[in-house]
Amino acid sequence: MADDQGAQLVDAVRSAAAGQRQLILVGAGSKAPPIDSGDALPVVEHTGIVDYRPEELVLTARSGTPLRDIRELLGQRRQQLPFEPPMIAGKGTLGGAVATGWSGPGRPWRGSVRDAVLGVEMINGLGERLAFGGQVMKNVAGYDLSRLQTGAWGSLGILLSVSVRLSPQPELERTCRLECGATDALAWMRKWARRFSPISATCFDGGVLSVRLSGMAESVDAAASRIGGEQSSDLGLWQALRDRALPTFRSARPGGTALWQINCAPAAELPTGPCLVEWGGARRWWRTGEPPSAVCAYAAEAGGAAWPAGAAPSFQTPLMMRLKRAFDPKALFNPHLADADAFQ
Amino acid sequence: MQLLLMAMNETRVLERLRGALRIGTLITEPAAMRPYETDGLTAIREMPWAVALPGTEDEVREVLAVCREQGVPVVPRGAGTGLSGGARPVSDGLVLGLSKLNRILEVDVGNCTARVQPGVRNLVISEAVTEHGLYYAPDPSSQLACSIGGNVAENSGGVHCLKYGLTVHNVVGLKVRTIDGDLLELGGKGFDYPGYDLLALLCGSEGMLGVVTEVTVRLLPEAPEKVVLLAAFGTLEAAAGAVTRIISEGIIPAGLELMDQLTLRAAEDFASAGYPRDAAAILLCELDGDAAEARALQSCAARLFEEEGAYDIQQARSAEQQARLWAGRKAAFPAVGRIAPDYYCMDGTIPRAALAEVLKGIGKLSKRYGLTVGNVFHAGDGNLHPLILYDANEEGQVELAEAIGREILELCVGVGGTVTGEHGVGVEKLTPMCAQFGTAELAQFERVKEAFDPQRLLNPGKAIPTLSRCAEYGGMHVHGGELPFSKLERF
Repeated sequence: MADDQGAQLVDAVRSAAAGQRQLILVGAGSKAPPIDSGDALPVVEHTGIVDYRPEELVLTARSGTPLRDIRELLGQRRQQLPFEPPMIAGKGTLGGAVATGWSGPGRPWRGSVRDAVLGVEMINGLGERLAFGGQVMKNVAGYDLSRLQTGAWGSLGILLSVSVRLSPQPELERTCRLECGATDALAWMRKWARRFSPISATCFDGGVLSVRLSGMAESVDAAASRIGGEQSSDLGLWQALRDRALPTFRSARPGGTALWQINCAPAAELPTGPCLVEWGGARRWWRTGEPPSAVCAYAAEAGGAAWPAGAAPSFQTPLMMRLKRAFDPKALFNPHLADADAFQ
Repeated sequence: MQLLLMAMNETRVLERLRGALRIGTLITEPAAMRPYETDGLTAIREMPWAVALPGTEDEVREVLAVCREQGVPVVPRGAGTGLSGGARPVSDGLVLGLSKLNRILEVDVGNCTARVQPGVRNLVISEAVTEHGLYYAPDPSSQLACSIGGNVAENSGGVHCLKYGLTVHNVVGLKVRTIDGDLLELGGKGFDYPGYDLLALLCGSEGMLGVVTEVTVRLLPEAPEKVVLLAAFGTLEAAAGAVTRIISEGIIPAGLELMDQLTLRAAEDFASAGYPRDAAAILLCELDGDAAEARALQSCAARLFEEEGAYDIQQARSAEQQARLWAGRKAAFPAVGRIAPDYYCMDGTIPRAALAEVLKGIGKLSKRYGLTVGNVFHAGDGNLHPLILYDANEEGQVELAEAIGREILELCVGVGGTVTGEHGVGVEKLTPMCAQFGTAELAQFERVKEAFDPQRLLNPGKAIPTLSRCAEYGGMHVHGGELPFSKLERF
């Protein structure tokens, strides 16, 4: 069990607590930008599939386990991670996927990262190993502190292992491409959201509406012929969208523009200018030169929130800071995500 | 002296509340408070000082403000259908009933959401949106009566949550009033807003962290086609094996329920659903999808059941036939209620692969304790509902029922399961919680509670056992010889 670094990580937390040092948790480095304060604590060596039970649709793996390995293993049994976590530049770990909570293109149909989390083992700021949730589908014993770790960016503790719900791979997947304008594309997405269909992802980008169909062959074929457009078995678009590898996501900023992520009411009006729309309208990637205040005002109007693409959130409401302190009283973990002074 | 002080405090608090609330909002007459002294766990009762039934969000805020200022415990309550005593009142505090906040505020067809007050009943939401071909998926068996606010507090499931998820998967927005008086607006009509996922944390928190004052739920399109299969098996183990098989073959049924011989016979006598009385167990399997999908799933499931030893398979395609098959399942609890004076319903969840082993273990326990245990449950997600039959009028039987119940839950924890899948901890499962969590986890739960409610006024004494309670429980096990019913064999 050389891959089990749990004991070393507990030691690292305890010695940081004793020495009043702060810790920056580092996974594969694919999503979180490098930070230069505090001590970097790599968790990427803590790897290994702890338990995989295909008949239970459950996998438990240590947090540093590469997503690539997990996908390969699941593929052998025709199963998948329903939340389609991105592998930015081909990298990414299960712990990073859960810590960031970045869900893939199928989110409205297949659920989010948080939806699939069944249990975690973690280290809190007291250096205690804690287990919450488990491997079963339904569990209401105690507060749901395992789902709370999703999207917390490691600010509440170090994830040691995660149990996630899996789903069967669909029998058949197809992509339909329809040329149209942005407003028509959004109207189309909302119309189809009200119908039962094998749609499992939608993406409008650059004048093309792409629709992914997943399911049993008969129903995918039937839906494809109703939807029309150009049909293909090429699923490359969806992987590129998942991994944020489409041209829209390139970090170059032409003309002083920035790329914003906006999660909002799916039917809300679109912003002006180029915008990639997915999740049936509920997630938008807007490249704009508008000032942040204007972007946030748009997002609020659309019943949502906006933040620079790829940025970590901050956890600065008084309640969130109290919650952080409940797990991490000395503010050891990822202090850049919360105002460390508030803990003094 | 202390009693006198308490009485003075009570008088002062009630005066403050009368001043803050409209007439008729505060109930203090014992007769009128009677319906509120218990919830679905009727064995446990307590009379509160008063029951507040606010009709507006502002009144909820007022009640909480008075409670905070005066340090008075307050127990939030939905429809009172909970099965674990989560809404049991405290004798020195208030019940905050949310049943009058029962308006559907908005049906937003474009966004496929409904924004409702917490007292709206679960089924009412689906009824209100059915004209648009939409519905709200989680369907606890009490859906006719239970409220959406209570569903959030318990993270309720239901027959269809195997495919369509629990409450946490189907709620996109919440408004929550904290004991501090803050209004938390969590989520919205879309998905995955930044910050800690307080929405997920609030789901299943049993009214301990805040009071839900508004809920935005996601609406799903109705599947055009549904098929219900009934498969009869000669042994309980074969039926359990078929459950594991169908899921591992990649089929996710909309619902997958198992009934053993005792419950299927009771249900048949009660509801004439057409169940084969000679079966050791039956599975009810609902498959849905578009027409092609439902047909393909139906033939695939039927084949798998046959391979796993089903000797009789009925296929119901018409809504009428399906309703008849489900009627027996839905009536199973009251049907069992007819064959014994009392029953005690458990709620453990286990990995599906352990079903056969645990059911066998329950059978052995049943023999040892001399109490009949029926099994009817959500097999697809491994959520057991063993029904322990007993007679409360016979001396010692209540304690015996509790003891076997505790052993059943320990059995569930032993195979990697949980003491409660969907009914919540409430007051009922405080002791079994000690079997599932260590002191560090329990202390972490306490600190989370403190972040929301440092005075511990919201629903005190529920959901999370104190460390001293667990220490006593641990002691009980160390000194096994001193346990009640020490002559009973254990495994």
